[in-house]
Amino acid sequence: MASIRLFVLLLLALPGLLHAQQAEPPRNGTLAKIARDGYITLGVREGSVPFSYLDDKGRFIGYSVDLCMKIVDEVKKRLNKPVEVKMTPVSASNRIPLMANGTIDLECGSTTNNAERARQVAFSPTIFVIANRLLTRKTANIRTLADMKGKTLVATAGTTTLKQMTALNRERNLGMRIVVGKDHPESFLMLETNRANAEANDDILLAAQVAGSKQPADYAIGTEALSLEPYAIMLRRGDAPFKEAVDAALRAAFASPDFPRLYAKWFTSPVPPKGINLNVPISPQLQKVLANPTDSSDPAAYR
Amino acid sequence: MDYHWNWAIFGELSPDGVNTYWQMLLSGLGWTLATSLAGWVMALALGALAGIARTLPQRPLRMAAGAYIELFRNVPLLVQMFLWFFVVPELLPRAAGDWLKALPQAPFVTAVICLGFFTSARVAVQVAAGIDALAGGQAQAALALGLTRPQAYRYVLLPLAVRIVLPPLASEFLNIIKNSSVALTIGLVELTASARAIQEFSFQVFEAYAAATVLYVAVNLAVTAGMNVLERRLALPGSLGAR
Repeated sequence: MASIRLFVLLLLALPGLLHAQQAEPPRNGTLAKIARDGYITLGVREGSVPFSYLDDKGRFIGYSVDLCMKIVDEVKKRLNKPVEVKMTPVSASNRIPLMANGTIDLECGSTTNNAERARQVAFSPTIFVIANRLLTRKTANIRTLADMKGKTLVATAGTTTLKQMTALNRERNLGMRIVVGKDHPESFLMLETNRANAEANDDILLAAQVAGSKQPADYAIGTEALSLEPYAIMLRRGDAPFKEAVDAALRAAFASPDFPRLYAKWFTSPVPPKGINLNVPISPQLQKVLANPTDSSDPAAYR
Repeated sequence: MDYHWNWAIFGELSPDGVNTYWQMLLSGLGWTLATSLAGWVMALALGALAGIARTLPQRPLRMAAGAYIELFRNVPLLVQMFLWFFVVPELLPRAAGDWLKALPQAPFVTAVICLGFFTSARVAVQVAAGIDALAGGQAQAALALGLTRPQAYRYVLLPLAVRIVLPPLASEFLNIIKNSSVALTIGLVELTASARAIQEFSFQVFEAYAAATVLYVAVNLAVTAGMNVLERRLALPGSLGAR
């Protein structure tokens, strides 16, 4: 029993120890850190096609990674010295702690910028706008969310989509059974094995799932946009000089005549490793953002 | 560390608009307890049967119990979860498979079945070890007194064996509680999954997992204390395993 008591005491002391960690003075920003170390660390994802993923040669590639490289060029210019680029794979679960403890300086993935998260980190100007939509089998005859009354819906654990579907289910009295997939491939597997009548997810992710599936022709992505969400590149909070460099780099990239080619490379042409073409042209919402870059987390700003 | 601590996050309304984050964690804890308790009942029942069969004189029964134990002991729990959830329904006749998939709490039922079988194999080994630890003497003495074999098991062997294997069984009980977190991979929103969801929604990762850790530890300490009491209650002076 004495050992149990000691253990409980240790546990109780833990929050205090963690708080003591915070007492260290804030570092003088990411730019200073990069200048001192001579390298910048990008947090990348392993499976967010076509934003940030691992290709068959073991390199991290994607639309977000390309945009991050533009930011790196801007940083080089400002520091006036060469900067080495390191890439660290992150997951949805560890991207925040790794950003907070300085392991990564930028997160180049498919991260939604929302108000709750903006209390913890800062976001670049929006790089992509997605809508939540339903993915169904064509044979199921489900056109809109209203057709899902009393049926089973799958969404991925911890996503903004799951959160929104739970709310809509209540507001519209749909009585849907909502099942949770642990990650995107698993959510799709639930639809594929008929455990769910529809999958709710970011439309761009759904497009990638369908394009990579065994029978792409069997599935239909709903036309009803259930929400709009901005994707952005993540950085640490309260670092004005670095944020300013990030903003400047992306504004320049969006305004550059090369941008349509960069977009086409990832969204309207075959991408490695399988040569799948997502065929997603620039949406009107994204057009608007490219013309007037914004880092707003409010979905209303993208309508 | 450049981290924005916010322990007040648990009082805030979670994205479902009904429950606070704290209620979300508690609901996860509820599923963890329900899954592990139901699985534990199943594991004890099946494990006791297989463990007894391991020690019987009939060779075919011993072999069958051995095969059962090896099957469930040698495949990783995560793989078993996937097999039960995604593969088994596809192997059944179509109607049965569809019925399984449409169960209102399919992930919960699957998790209980999977944890029950997995843990029962481990319980069986311990029960058999407890009976074997009594050596041949107790069994032979009981039979020599004129007890039938079932009576010998019921009145002599099992009561003594249970006392011997109580400590490892307590560990197994703690294991099933911890192993229930694997059920998040088939969509059961238990304690670990709800902690993960909180961190995904709010990005308050340390608070979410710290709270889940404390809840797991509290539950397991309660189980340990309960098992200690049980062990003292059952102690038989002069027998193996007595304190």
